[in-house]
Amino acid sequence: MKKVGVVVFPGSNCDYDVYHVVKKILNLNAEYIWHKDTSLRDYDAIVLPGGFSYGDNLRAGAIARFSPVMQEIVKYAKAGKPLIGICNGFQVLVEAGLLPGALITNTGLRFRCEDVYLKVANQNTMFTRDYTPGQVIKMPIAHYTGNYFATDDVLKTLQDNDSIIFQYCDANGELTDDANPNGSLLNIAGIMNREKNVLGMMPHPERACEMILGSTDGLGVFTSILGGK
Amino acid sequence: MWSAKIIVEYKEGILDPEAKAIKSAFNTMGHHEIRDITTGRFFHLEFKQEISREEAEIKLKEVCEKLLSNPVIEKYKFELEEVA
Repeated sequence: MKKVGVVVFPGSNCDYDVYHVVKKILNLNAEYIWHKDTSLRDYDAIVLPGGFSYGDNLRAGAIARFSPVMQEIVKYAKAGKPLIGICNGFQVLVEAGLLPGALITNTGLRFRCEDVYLKVANQNTMFTRDYTPGQVIKMPIAHYTGNYFATDDVLKTLQDNDSIIFQYCDANGELTDDANPNGSLLNIAGIMNREKNVLGMMPHPERACEMILGSTDGLGVFTSILGGK
Repeated sequence: MWSAKIIVEYKEGILDPEAKAIKSAFNTMGHHEIRDITTGRFFHLEFKQEISREEAEIKLKEVCEKLLSNPVIEKYKFELEEVA
């Protein structure tokens, strides 16, 4: 049975949500990975969950990046295995240099906690293959530091490599400024590395896996990596 | 013993929300003469052992680039001073 590792940093708070989705909705194995662990078991995917690791001190994700477990996570990612960082997990991935660019304060200077629409900009990846190309999906965001920034050459590389995976859009799939909740360049909500095994995204797919929560559109991220529901 | 004072600031063009909020408070106070403000972070650190200035600079560069600043959005500068 497939097994997912969920990393727990001090201040992670979406770890149980991911664990619940894997165990109770997908009926697969999930295990927590403590931030002080220095060896990793074999996992089919690892999730860096959302939250406020180390109280967001210094910069969101900056301290977590130096957690003992991160050395192993970097090795795991370099070996081409599936790694996904959600929200604070995305912030950790950019701080660790596993994904390019940076996440800075939302342009509106507000913590945005609401449902957003996302366009699946690249469906041909191990994390998005259960969506249809260009599909518009809905899931929540909850962040203050989710404004994706990168230099022009990095943006161009992301575009050239089809590494932009999710973009904020309106209900019709249009990438408008109004639909961009945080000022992210190119409406970027999620990106992957060049090798396409590391995904970082600010929206929370794990909070959109049951109709009782308003949407099941997030499930596709998990079923894509782990195989059908 | 070496003591270092480090300043980390946003690079030009990066959103500085704190500065924006302070600027609007200046305006509320009536200080319209203040044209602009930027913010940054100040760190003061002291080295434990006797090491050379060159070694201290190498260590400082490393902590500044890897931890205290994010080179994608921030720049840093430091001053090294010998203290008793």
